[in-house]
Amino acid sequence: MSKLKRQLLAGPYILWMAGFILLPIAMVLYYAFTTTSGSFTFLNVTSITFSVHLKALALSLKLALLCTIICLVLSYPLAMILNHMKTKSQGFIVFIFILPMWMNFMLRILAWRMLLSNNGIINSLLGTLGLPAIDILNTPTAVVFCMVYDFLPFMILPIYNAMTRIQTDIIEAAKDLGAGNITIFFKITVPLTMSGVISGIIMVFVPALTSFAISDLLGGGKVLLIGNVIEQAFMQEYNWNLGSGLSFVLMIFVIASMALMNSRGDDQGAGVL
Amino acid sequence: MKKKLLCVLAILMLFCFFSGCGQKNSSNTLIVLNYGKYIDPEILEIFEEETGIKVEYEEYITPENMYTKYKAGAIDYDLICTSDYMIEKLIQENEVSELNYENIPLVENLEQTYFDFSKSFDPENKYTLPYFFGTVGILYNKEIVDESKVNSWDILWDEDYSGQIIMADSVRDSFMVAQKRLGFSLNTTDEAELRAAQKLLIQQKPLVYSYLVDEAQDEIVAENAAMAVVYSGEAGYALEFNDKLAFTVPKEGSNMWIDCWFIPQRAKHTENAEKFLNFLCRKDIAMMNFEYVYYATPNTQVKDALDPKLQENPTIFPPTEILENCEVLKSLDDEATMKYNLYWKEIKSAD
Repeated sequence: MSKLKRQLLAGPYILWMAGFILLPIAMVLYYAFTTTSGSFTFLNVTSITFSVHLKALALSLKLALLCTIICLVLSYPLAMILNHMKTKSQGFIVFIFILPMWMNFMLRILAWRMLLSNNGIINSLLGTLGLPAIDILNTPTAVVFCMVYDFLPFMILPIYNAMTRIQTDIIEAAKDLGAGNITIFFKITVPLTMSGVISGIIMVFVPALTSFAISDLLGGGKVLLIGNVIEQAFMQEYNWNLGSGLSFVLMIFVIASMALMNSRGDDQGAGVL
Repeated sequence: MKKKLLCVLAILMLFCFFSGCGQKNSSNTLIVLNYGKYIDPEILEIFEEETGIKVEYEEYITPENMYTKYKAGAIDYDLICTSDYMIEKLIQENEVSELNYENIPLVENLEQTYFDFSKSFDPENKYTLPYFFGTVGILYNKEIVDESKVNSWDILWDEDYSGQIIMADSVRDSFMVAQKRLGFSLNTTDEAELRAAQKLLIQQKPLVYSYLVDEAQDEIVAENAAMAVVYSGEAGYALEFNDKLAFTVPKEGSNMWIDCWFIPQRAKHTENAEKFLNFLCRKDIAMMNFEYVYYATPNTQVKDALDPKLQENPTIFPPTEILENCEVLKSLDDEATMKYNLYWKEIKSAD
């Protein structure tokens, strides 16, 4: 096939990208650097330094980081266990991990709200067992909890993928040369799964940083993340300029975190995703 | 060859997709925008059956959401229902067109008093048709809350009820509570008064279970919290589900609100909109709708037909002495709106 034809085949995707990725970004940039009357300004972007916005950004970074760390700590051992199982059961377990993703994530968050509420199922269960009630709904704890619940598969799958690609020959060779399990783990398993870990971190950290629906539903309006500030600017205040300005700042944070992660990942071979 | 075909197919599909985004221009439709849970869906079906007009119905949560949706301009709504201060803002912006009352003969079913109330935002009653009205008060659980204290907004700052209080997740409604507690007007733009109200709301935050709008009543019915700031109509609805609940409008006064229908300037199907308004005033339809929404209706035909006990129910039909103690929200200028929004954000981000 000629080069032209091949390019034509990419046409739909290029159109899609132009219409739904590039154009919106251009619009965000336009709004971010203009006032309501259309003149140029830096004020929308610099308004991130308002204490209320900085606070929201700091809280978002903190919760996203916490969520990423918890996901990583949970996923890595899990991926190792999974990797040591029989191939048949591996497929089944992976299927179970993906299963919750068949349901809309909004519904799952709403379900958690029902479960965690003061008179919810979990608390009445604890009550009948004579245990103290848990009181985490409408706190940042609930928000992090649900973020972990939602984004965990995005951490497990790339790590697990990277792990299955480690050839057993390498590990056997290491054993022949007298390496213990700990040495094998740190010298072979960790470096070879680094690309998976990095994809996992990006895929968890970025949506966690930008989320607003989870904090809205499980934070009871008391947890104000930068995503909520932006949502409020667009939906409540009709201030698209401010919303775009803050989105622009958030985009910088997202791109910076991805760049940081990718620079670490480059020398570890191809990424998984 | 196969690949070429695939290529053409892909492009064709994309075009189909895009053309789907275009405006549907069929003439016999009516695009309605309304608050959530604010109309009996059955009456939309009846309207469609009777007139053959297809109703495209959309909902929003807060008046500010509505404003954004409307201003975004993606859809030319034919009929919008929203609250007093937001209508005032839209009238000021020349976004509202005059109603032709000749096409709405059944308007005579609506009580004149409420047109008088509407004059605070629509001085000549040219633009709006009252839909439901009510007050804002405290919906509470009688078994947990001390009824001798609940007649004052102070109870929302009482530490005995820490973690049991639900506040409104809407700028003006939450500020209203603090402003009334301090004895200010709920339309104040005075810096010192606003700061004082904000300080009070920040103080209150650790005691608040959550900030909610539509779900507040559900949480109280489910007994997840002891009291909530809600609209009177929502309270009336909640009382039906749980005997332990009661509603009161605190003595410091509150907000009296009227939700009205209006036809926006950009409406494409004005006649259909007027037909729909007339339909809504019809006794049987208004009755069905009242039974579903359960807010105070200005429709005298409906009110007179109700059980006298219900007519005197102060939750659903606020008595005059309570209404006299209430203020209607006024639209604020841009500067004041920005102030309210910023102060509200500061409350939401406070620890």
